[in-house]
Amino acid sequence: MQILQLLLSGIAQGCIYGLIALGFVLIYKATETVSFAQGDLMMLGAFGAFAGMSLFGLPFWLAAVLAVLAMAAFGVLLELVVIRPILGQPQFSIVMLTIGIAYVARGLITMVPGIGTDTHTLAVPYKDQIWKLGELVVNLEQLTIIIATAILCGLLFAMFRYSKLGIAMQASSQNQLAAYYMGIPVKRLNGLVWGLAAAVAAIAGMLLAPITFVHANMGFIGLKAFPAAVVGGFGSLPGAIVGGLVIGIVESFAGFYLPDGFKDTAPYIVVLLMLMIKPNGLFGEKLRKKV
Amino acid sequence: MRFIFKTSYDQDIRLARHGGHVFWYGLLVAFLVVAPWVIDEYWLAQLTFVLIYGIVGLGLMLLAGFTGQFSIGHAAFLGAGAYTQGVLTNMGVPFPIALLAAAALSAAVGVVVALPALRVKGIYLGIATLSFGFIVEEVFARWESVTGGNAGLHVKSPQLFGWSLGSGDGFYFLCLVVAVLSTLGILNLLRSPTGRAFVAIRDSEISAQSMGIHLARYKTMSFAISAALAGLGGALYAHKLSFISPDQFNILQSIDLLLMVVIGGLGSVHGAFLGAIFLIAMPQLISMGKDWLPAVVGQAPGLQGLVYGLVLIAFVLFEPLGLYGRWLKIRTWLQLFPFYRKGLFKRQKSFTKSDRLR
Repeated sequence: MQILQLLLSGIAQGCIYGLIALGFVLIYKATETVSFAQGDLMMLGAFGAFAGMSLFGLPFWLAAVLAVLAMAAFGVLLELVVIRPILGQPQFSIVMLTIGIAYVARGLITMVPGIGTDTHTLAVPYKDQIWKLGELVVNLEQLTIIIATAILCGLLFAMFRYSKLGIAMQASSQNQLAAYYMGIPVKRLNGLVWGLAAAVAAIAGMLLAPITFVHANMGFIGLKAFPAAVVGGFGSLPGAIVGGLVIGIVESFAGFYLPDGFKDTAPYIVVLLMLMIKPNGLFGEKLRKKV
Repeated sequence: MRFIFKTSYDQDIRLARHGGHVFWYGLLVAFLVVAPWVIDEYWLAQLTFVLIYGIVGLGLMLLAGFTGQFSIGHAAFLGAGAYTQGVLTNMGVPFPIALLAAAALSAAVGVVVALPALRVKGIYLGIATLSFGFIVEEVFARWESVTGGNAGLHVKSPQLFGWSLGSGDGFYFLCLVVAVLSTLGILNLLRSPTGRAFVAIRDSEISAQSMGIHLARYKTMSFAISAALAGLGGALYAHKLSFISPDQFNILQSIDLLLMVVIGGLGSVHGAFLGAIFLIAMPQLISMGKDWLPAVVGQAPGLQGLVYGLVLIAFVLFEPLGLYGRWLKIRTWLQLFPFYRKGLFKRQKSFTKSDRLR
């Protein structure tokens, strides 16, 4: 029972890591850049939903949908204004740029009068409800995370598999130049990918909010999603979710069975081992240049 | 406009290219030597911090700016040096030996990090060093018998041949000597075959390899030297603050160090010190400007982060070579006075080169 309980909380936490990692992977596949701002986009999404509910008095579902849409628009705008001008420059400049974006997002949030500096609870309808299945205690917040992640993965899978847009995104992530020659509007697509990543981050933020509360530094959890993305293989979408689950479960078990301090470092130990043994990750594509 | 006539091959590797260099750097050194008598105590303390961060920046510059390996966990090396120095000094080990031990231990840690890092590159290297930084921070916090854990560690003031160097002036000169020696060391390294090998690795690993450069050996060496300098800086940092705790060496410190070399200008030795000046002067400027801003903005705890973020974004977008690049442009403008053309430093268009194929 104990093990099942740990497994459940690990899976729920892992889904969050997986969703943030999904954002990294989407952006990495499309533009070959790594965004350190993903965790802070998540924070902005959670704050957006909170502001919608507390300032404008909207019902939860409406606020959630609006926050996701707003974050998607914000992602597109971000790509247009700051990322696009330096595409093609060394990868590292873009990493520094996203670190800058993260700093700015965190700084700006603390300047919003009234809500920026405090810790808030997001009043979700399913808060603090518990189901008992035999001896297993199922927290409805955790269950929601798992179900929402599953639905989102299904939607994303369908989009990448069946829609024209998704196929175009796959093509441009495999070879930008060839995709461009085939008439795919690569630039516009990159913007959309950033929008999609920001929207996924916003959803992750709202799912996480009932558990960790909404505050300006909640974006630091994004740093734990890097191990998730690497364990799954940086270029693979299902890998991101699986990597997130692995990291979440390892963390949850390490917190229970190992001495203090291992809970926070376990993900990083796992990722270092992974980089030593199998640098391409569990689902990583192994591409070689053919001459 | 100055024309330099090359009359011997030694001129190519001479540290001071012409009389102007000798004059201006001489002036700088003269100012730094008389500084304790010229500027007041508060600014001298800030100048000491600039020198300490400059030493750490030199190390990171060698790794990031000249070898092209990015470390997002450099605070771990800083911490390793600081804790070694703190523990050894408190045990009564003489200062110079403790300083060397701090540098050596950090270098050893650097080699350990370099081992897994040899197999990975680009963003994977960043994540490996990031993970390593987190683990080291946790070690500092948990290994309480040695590091004092989260309660921190008090560091005694340094003694050198019977003098106490704890006071402002003495410690300033100590930092100055270490900074000058490490700068000269790095400059010397960069004009040697080893330094050229580092630059070759940065520009293209494949061509470096085909010129007979042993990638693994040089990357490890770069990590070790970089970590040793960070350790030196860390040791001085521990004495300067005389109190160290694990949260001084967290991810934010690592990012601050990266910010320092990027804003200073990647790939220039000047950049390390310019970045250090930026890092130390910025909080002062912000606190001065606070009163001018409306209360909502001025009193927000995130103001410093916001300013850092905006400056970083502006530099990456408009001045990729950092403060040193800006100075180069100004100097060229002055040299060419009426003939400076706008397109002289224009960035070339390029499309993303895939890292996934190799």
